[in-house]
Amino acid sequence: MDKVKTGGAVYRRLPTGLRYLINTALFALFLITITALADNRVISYSDSKVLMLIAVNIILAVSLNVATGYLGQLPLGHAGFMAVGAYTSALFMRSASAYPGQLMFPLGLILGGLVAALFGLVIGIPALRLKGDYLAIITLGFSEIIRVVILNIDSVLGFKLTFGAASLKNIPTTTTVFNAFLWAGIVCFIIHAMMKSRHGRAILSIRDNEIASESCGISTTFYKTLGFCASAFFAGIAGGLYAGYLGILSPGSFGFMKSIEILVMVVLGGMGSMLGSIIAAVALTALPELLRAFSDYRMVVYSLVLIAMMIFRPEGLMGSYDFSLGGLLERLLNRKSAPLIKEDES
Amino acid sequence: MSDMTAITTILKQILNGLQSGSIYALIALGYSMVYGIIMLLNFAHGDIIMVGAYLAWLCMVRFALNPALAVAAAVAGCTALGMLIEKAAYTPLRSSPRLSLLITAIGVSYLLENTFQLIFGAGAKTVPPFFNAKNLSFGGVVLSSNAIVTIIAAAVCMALLTLLVQKTKMGKAMRAVSEDMGAAQLMGISINRTISFTFAVGSALAGIGSVLYCTAYPQADPMMGSMLGLKAFVAAVLGGIGSIPGAMIGGLAIGLAEALVSAAGLSTWKDGVVFAILIIVLVVKPTGILGRSLNEKV
Repeated sequence: MDKVKTGGAVYRRLPTGLRYLINTALFALFLITITALADNRVISYSDSKVLMLIAVNIILAVSLNVATGYLGQLPLGHAGFMAVGAYTSALFMRSASAYPGQLMFPLGLILGGLVAALFGLVIGIPALRLKGDYLAIITLGFSEIIRVVILNIDSVLGFKLTFGAASLKNIPTTTTVFNAFLWAGIVCFIIHAMMKSRHGRAILSIRDNEIASESCGISTTFYKTLGFCASAFFAGIAGGLYAGYLGILSPGSFGFMKSIEILVMVVLGGMGSMLGSIIAAVALTALPELLRAFSDYRMVVYSLVLIAMMIFRPEGLMGSYDFSLGGLLERLLNRKSAPLIKEDES
Repeated sequence: MSDMTAITTILKQILNGLQSGSIYALIALGYSMVYGIIMLLNFAHGDIIMVGAYLAWLCMVRFALNPALAVAAAVAGCTALGMLIEKAAYTPLRSSPRLSLLITAIGVSYLLENTFQLIFGAGAKTVPPFFNAKNLSFGGVVLSSNAIVTIIAAAVCMALLTLLVQKTKMGKAMRAVSEDMGAAQLMGISINRTISFTFAVGSALAGIGSVLYCTAYPQADPMMGSMLGLKAFVAAVLGGIGSIPGAMIGGLAIGLAEALVSAAGLSTWKDGVVFAILIIVLVVKPTGILGRSLNEKV
């Protein structure tokens, strides 16, 4: 869609570079504000912990959205990849604690992501041969196996690696509000850029019609595995941030319910909508904290909301709508310049 | 350890495996039938078992009723609950995407767990034994009477279910609806009644399953349904979801595998082994042991 003529007027576009510049500037402003607020204790310590968890959950929801919303599969093992990333980066950070944290932390996260992506590859190749519910079950099985292995690996290895049920302790708590949201922003940007690329379009075409896209010469196996691995990679990064946020890891927190929790965020937000995933991740992380006073009832309310939402708005909060600041600005720009000409709806 | 005790241990574990396996099979049947008819992974099914266990506890401990009445209340309560869930939460979504249905099922499961936790607290309630029977003993090998009763009860239920599905008019309707809902409707079968009936039968089996589960592990707690349900669900998928004999085979296989892994002293690995078996079967035969494969339509 370059310059589109609508009713004689030229539709003016913002240059892509300018769009990126505006978005980056706004994101930087957001980061600076939120960091300043957290550093000066305007946001209390416990609230800034909630903020970090929100950032981790945003990454988790957005990354699962790649496999669910964009690729159209239903994996139920996202917590497994998160666990792999969390343990990998936690072990790395523990052993690299002598080196400067600012340098080692990103390395640890990326390492966690890469190992999770490797697991995604190993699991994805057999799992993606299956479809629908069977894929859900097999990924659930793999993630439960990951959990059981983390729990029991020490007895096989003969030395303490993951410390099993006794929890892995003394992980450097390097996650801050700043770097959690920085990483959340980076992940959202990479996923956005990926989905706008040729490869992203191939992934979307598989969701829309697998047979048709295969007959158009798209290697569905390759792109399904790619999407799945990307999803696992970002889940691994989220896991690393989570490890640095908590400072202590136990396999129990990466059970089947964790995967469901992330899936609920994606579905509530609207499948295939990044904005929806982000909103749902923020809401579903913040709401239970806000409802602490009613803690007995909050899970009951939560489940009722979930059921009501699916009955009355099954497509999720946002449906497949995605917000684009550039697009909004363009519409404003064109309205101002040509107020008399009606925009062609077709 | 002498050879004799080793054999005794193995026999005992096999019996244990058959016991938990038949419970899994009963629960798996509920998953399988519901999946067969509306293609829904009914995550709330495990929690129906939890409700059954609480009903049995309520009748026997709170109201001091006869155990037979408690069993009847558990089965009747589960049946009613299953039908209620279907009418209230799943019927409005019959034409929605399947994922919405799945999330609703998860929502119902959360709702049951948290409501019961709110009412009865998070702690476990001890369910008293339903009957007192002496353990049988054959030449030094002691067989638990609970296990034998469980296996026999499960076998009777499965036989009755097979008769119901194969020989009655309602069973024929169930098979027809799961084959092709539209065509079944054209033949004058009431879809709503058939689906309702399927949920009722599945939930009744879950009720029986919950009573049998309580004879083996006499506790009711709000979260008991989730892992039990997950295992039974794995059993259903393993045997081929939608297939009744498949659910039985899957349940027994999972129960035996768990018992044998525990007997080998690796009980912390048993969940992992269960899922590993599932993965291997699905990779080799993607629709499970007895599942039918559907051809891809263009």
